[in-house]
Amino acid sequence: MKKTLGLAALTAMLLGGTAHAQQVTVKVGVLSDMSSLYSDIGGAGSVAAAKLAIADFAKANPNVKVELVSGDHQNKPDVGSQLANQWYDVDKVDMIIDTPNSGVALAVSQITTTKNKVFVVSGAAASDLTGPKCNANTVHWTYDTWMLANGTGKAIVKTGGDSWFFLTADYAFGHALERDTMAAVEKNGGKVLGKVRHPLNTNDFSSFLLQAQASKAKIVGLANAGGDTINAIKAGAEFGLSKGGQKFAGLLVFASDVNALGLATAQGLTLTETWYWDLNDANRAWTKRWQAERNAAGKFPTMVQAGVYSGLTHYLKSVAALKSGADGKAVVEEMKKLPTDDVLFGKGTIRADGRKVHPAYLLEVKAPAESKHPGDFYHVRATIPADEAFRPLAEGNCPLVKG
Amino acid sequence: MERAAPPSTRTATGKPSFLRANAEAIAFVVMAAGLIVAPFFTYPLFLMQAMCFALFACAFNLLIGYVGLLSFGHALYFGWASYLAAHSAKVWGLTPELAILTGTATAAILGLVAGSLAIRRQGIYFAMITLALAQMMFFFALQAKFTGGEDGIQAVPRGYLFGLIDLKNEAAMYIVVLVIFLGGFLLIYRIIHSPFGEVLKAIRENEPRAISLGYKTDRYKLIAFVLSATIAGAAGATKAIVLQLASLTDVNWPMSGEVVLMSLVGGLGTIFGPVVGSFVILLMQYKLSVVGEWVLVIQGIIFVSCVLLFRRGIVGEIAARFKG
Amino acid sequence: MFEICLPVLLGGKCIPSGALFGQLLIGLINGSFYALLSLGLAVIFGMLNIINFSHGAQYMLGAFVAYLMLQYSGLGYWPALIIAPLVVGLTGVIIERVFLQWLYKLDHLYGLLLTFGLALIIEGVVRNKFGSAGLPYTMPDSLRGGQNLGFMFLPNYRAWVIVASLGVCIGTWFVIERTRLGAYLRAATENPTLVRAFGINVPVMITLTYGFGVALAAFAGVMAAPIYNVSPQMGSELIIVVFAVVVIGGMGSILGAIVTGFGLGVVEGLTKVFFPEASNTVIFVIMAIVLLVRPAGLFGRRA
Repeated sequence: MKKTLGLAALTAMLLGGTAHAQQVTVKVGVLSDMSSLYSDIGGAGSVAAAKLAIADFAKANPNVKVELVSGDHQNKPDVGSQLANQWYDVDKVDMIIDTPNSGVALAVSQITTTKNKVFVVSGAAASDLTGPKCNANTVHWTYDTWMLANGTGKAIVKTGGDSWFFLTADYAFGHALERDTMAAVEKNGGKVLGKVRHPLNTNDFSSFLLQAQASKAKIVGLANAGGDTINAIKAGAEFGLSKGGQKFAGLLVFASDVNALGLATAQGLTLTETWYWDLNDANRAWTKRWQAERNAAGKFPTMVQAGVYSGLTHYLKSVAALKSGADGKAVVEEMKKLPTDDVLFGKGTIRADGRKVHPAYLLEVKAPAESKHPGDFYHVRATIPADEAFRPLAEGNCPLVKG
Repeated sequence: MERAAPPSTRTATGKPSFLRANAEAIAFVVMAAGLIVAPFFTYPLFLMQAMCFALFACAFNLLIGYVGLLSFGHALYFGWASYLAAHSAKVWGLTPELAILTGTATAAILGLVAGSLAIRRQGIYFAMITLALAQMMFFFALQAKFTGGEDGIQAVPRGYLFGLIDLKNEAAMYIVVLVIFLGGFLLIYRIIHSPFGEVLKAIRENEPRAISLGYKTDRYKLIAFVLSATIAGAAGATKAIVLQLASLTDVNWPMSGEVVLMSLVGGLGTIFGPVVGSFVILLMQYKLSVVGEWVLVIQGIIFVSCVLLFRRGIVGEIAARFKG
Repeated sequence: MFEICLPVLLGGKCIPSGALFGQLLIGLINGSFYALLSLGLAVIFGMLNIINFSHGAQYMLGAFVAYLMLQYSGLGYWPALIIAPLVVGLTGVIIERVFLQWLYKLDHLYGLLLTFGLALIIEGVVRNKFGSAGLPYTMPDSLRGGQNLGFMFLPNYRAWVIVASLGVCIGTWFVIERTRLGAYLRAATENPTLVRAFGINVPVMITLTYGFGVALAAFAGVMAAPIYNVSPQMGSELIIVVFAVVVIGGMGSILGAIVTGFGLGVVEGLTKVFFPEASNTVIFVIMAIVLLVRPAGLFGRRA
């Protein structure tokens, strides 16, 4: 069954290659969370970013025809994997991009490699995607948990925050963030004074905050995400955490979370991102186009959405270079060979394990008075160079990397 | 007051024509035949998933439709069975049939524990207790190491059935799912039409009277609960093997809501209703993934309109027309 | 200051007594929300025999109305505390008239299913309009800062939450148990036909009761807005815990709902100190134990 399919695909490829001389068609799918928790981080904004990438690419490469589909995985791994299967088998989609939610991303990565297509992850955080669960068809673009933990931990210790207390979401994701950050803190000479594990979706953090305050640690590391992070910071502002000389370090904070907190509450919060819309003129110009495409003047793109633009652009370049998008492994190999270069993430590379590397930025949330215009959220406190930002190739235990 | 399902399920009395007398048998044959030819026209993976949900909904319907108990926590059995099946296939290296059995057995045990707590209260309290217990077990699933938290258990091998037949072959997998689905369906049919099932219906109609007739209704309710949980578990375990993953989605409360929706749309207390309902809802989920944002709202609207306008569900309405 | 320890069997963790008082107080704050929400559920259940699954969504609506008032009309926290419950209560009245009133003759379960559907609709619409990440709501200036109690720093707002919710709970209890209006209400629950024969408009009473229960949820929502994340999903997780609270207390008595709410808040608060990992399951565990020992609930009448 599989063999005949493969043969058919091969013949189709050969025939296709001769029939329309050099005319390449690829179909890309934005698989994101359109309706629930992560819809602000990816969602419709990712689709808008993908449209921009395709429009920009089409100007320079009229011989490549790009079709776009998009779908909603509703944060459910089974819905995501069902859609991915159907896209690959029935709708002949060549690559899938974005996919916030690690559970969905890991499932799609698995499907992608069995069907030999291409998967570019922008929205999911799990560093396992380029670690033990890496494969030759997946590229992890924007960020991952290791980078967040390490970048934030190291940079904060270096700027004087050398004693830590962790508020950790009590499940695998929180544990991983806590473990990696602790390692970075201790490696750089900092101390961990204590930690408390709180359940997911905790409303009232005051009890945990009292414990953090009692520890007298300079930095309260938030190894959690979304609503938990927001609730913890809100409670911190109320209980006067900063008056005691303590500061929050957010290990996974998006601009949308800062927006939900308001600058008055969030000010002083330190976090790491790989892309910030107000970083330079190129980003600002792109943001204007994105807002027009998205039809939302008050919204600002997240690093995940920028990653969709950047990752899709690089994928299309590689397809153009190969003159075919049929063989997923070959395309990813080409992606790794070609240096990456686009207006948003600048120059960069993709490593053997599928990890895209680029610099990361340590950001601090501004006070309301310092914010000059809407979306003006951060001071850039430090730049973490590309070769330090991500987990070293040898430490990831990715089977693709021969040790 | 306990009765949740409309009494439209009772077979028509009077002079039954051949068609009417054998309506259920004919419908079953049509359904089975349809599922055998369907993979030639529809995406097989979708059908397999739909059959798992259909069996899940049938198991849920056994409780609400025939005992009058609304469980709002059936994701507990479905989800935990899928975790255990995935874990035993992946980590312990069990063959798929044993993995599915492990998952199913887990669901049976959980059903026994949760059921013996929940049947201590009636009606709305019963629904709230099942929901709360399921939520508790959701948190356990989230925190437990082996479930992988948000990542779930991924890349579960489909393995070799009885160590012989490679289930990576879609056709083989399809037949396995079809057999499990039809087997589970017939089992439920058998339960409903057995003397045991008659007692269940008596409890649904009037529990005090059943008690005064000398039936230990609590025991009947518990057995029905465990049966329902077990079959739900079989569905969840099978789905884990088919989709090769187990995730938090399947233990979380929206899943419990979804199975209620499927049964409600198809028709509570009708034997085919949950099957129709789950196919309709799943189809909608995929067709509507284009409109993204509105999925939740549309589900809500269906809930509301079913409760207000079509309490009998699709199959119930058809049956009512058919009977004239 | 002395230390208070758990028995060795339970892990033997020790904390200073001051910290313990602090945690007890914090537990009361948490319990305020449980009490307000379970009170609303109990009021609605008493009159309509419906478990209002959309209670969580209506709590969330309260917070969002407060946000919108601040955003579009500059009305701050204090007006919101009055107006938002009124607005949401009004939507409750409409919901009762349009949907719920058709269900009274049916099995209770249909009420649960219908309000579940309504919860999905409300949450979905709000998410589409405002996104899922949440919205900022700042604390009123008059309640900023806090008091140093010696053993802990108590933010003024938290103190206010306890006072306000206690006030509302006791007020509600008083109206229902000690006034003529409450007597009509209780009588109508027992025997609507008879009460109607006395010339009292029972359907209107039912409608207003639902509106009031919903308004209580919205009130809790406004109270939560400055301290918790204002997001579309803020109510849906909470409501399941509140259901467990209601099962533990039993919905037979108003006072029972209030006491159980506060009590479980304290228990949950203490769990956060001694077994933080179990703090979101402890209420469910208590529910299971209560069901074993006292199936009708702590304050419940055997149904």
